[in-house]
Amino acid sequence: MAERPEDLNLPNAVITRIIKEALPDGVNVSKEARRAISQAASVFVLYATSCANSFAMKAKRKTLNAGDVMSAMEEMEFERFLPPLREALEAYKKGQKGKKEASEQKRKDKEKKNGTEENDKSREEEEDEEQMEDEQDGENEGEEEDVEN
Amino acid sequence: MEKKVERAAEGKNMSLPVSRVKLIMKSSPDVSCINQDALFLTTKATELFVQHLALTSYNNGSGKQKGTLAYRDLAKTAEETEMFQFLTDILPKKILARDYLKSLEKMEEGDN
Repeated sequence: MAERPEDLNLPNAVITRIIKEALPDGVNVSKEARRAISQAASVFVLYATSCANSFAMKAKRKTLNAGDVMSAMEEMEFERFLPPLREALEAYKKGQKGKKEASEQKRKDKEKKNGTEENDKSREEEEDEEQMEDEQDGENEGEEEDVEN
Repeated sequence: MEKKVERAAEGKNMSLPVSRVKLIMKSSPDVSCINQDALFLTTKATELFVQHLALTSYNNGSGKQKGTLAYRDLAKTAEETEMFQFLTDILPKKILARDYLKSLEKMEEGDN
């Protein structure tokens, strides 16, 4: 649950970046405008949620599903979002499905890579060791100081 | 614009945090459960909404020649565009006009 009112705000940095990407290059967006858009986005989430929830309730379901959100968009007159949302959902589902396979494949690739790049790796490790030695020297100095104190 | 939106979708940091969107959704009293797809779609829709609100306000706004987007452009959009009408409560135009005049007065005072 949201404990502080700020918890219901969306991160300004991301909102700002999305705005900048939507507008032509070099457009100056005032701070007040950015804050207003961010607040509008939070209200949009709540509005969409309540719309979607009424669809779920009509169907006597307790869980909001993708269809409810899509219906909500239509009801809110944001039909124009439906095609990109459908596309995004498909890509997302594919991604979720492929995630397991991909991570397994990655692990295999990594193992292979480790085999071929062992020489490079050992060189890196040498460098790491040098750094660690430096750090250790520092620590030792610190310890000596402690002893003196 | 389409290209820009595509680019926006590609960048990792362009996405709103799903956890935060979930928190906002759950703050709605009647909502009990939200499945992953619905959460993803709402997050995505919010990103589209931000883009659409910004672009509509900019294109219909007064700052287009100067290349600026100001609060009054957003208030104008909320008032004049049907799909953004639900925002009129949080983007009030009247209060803005008063504030704006006040700030103008202050600026003039500052100049003098």
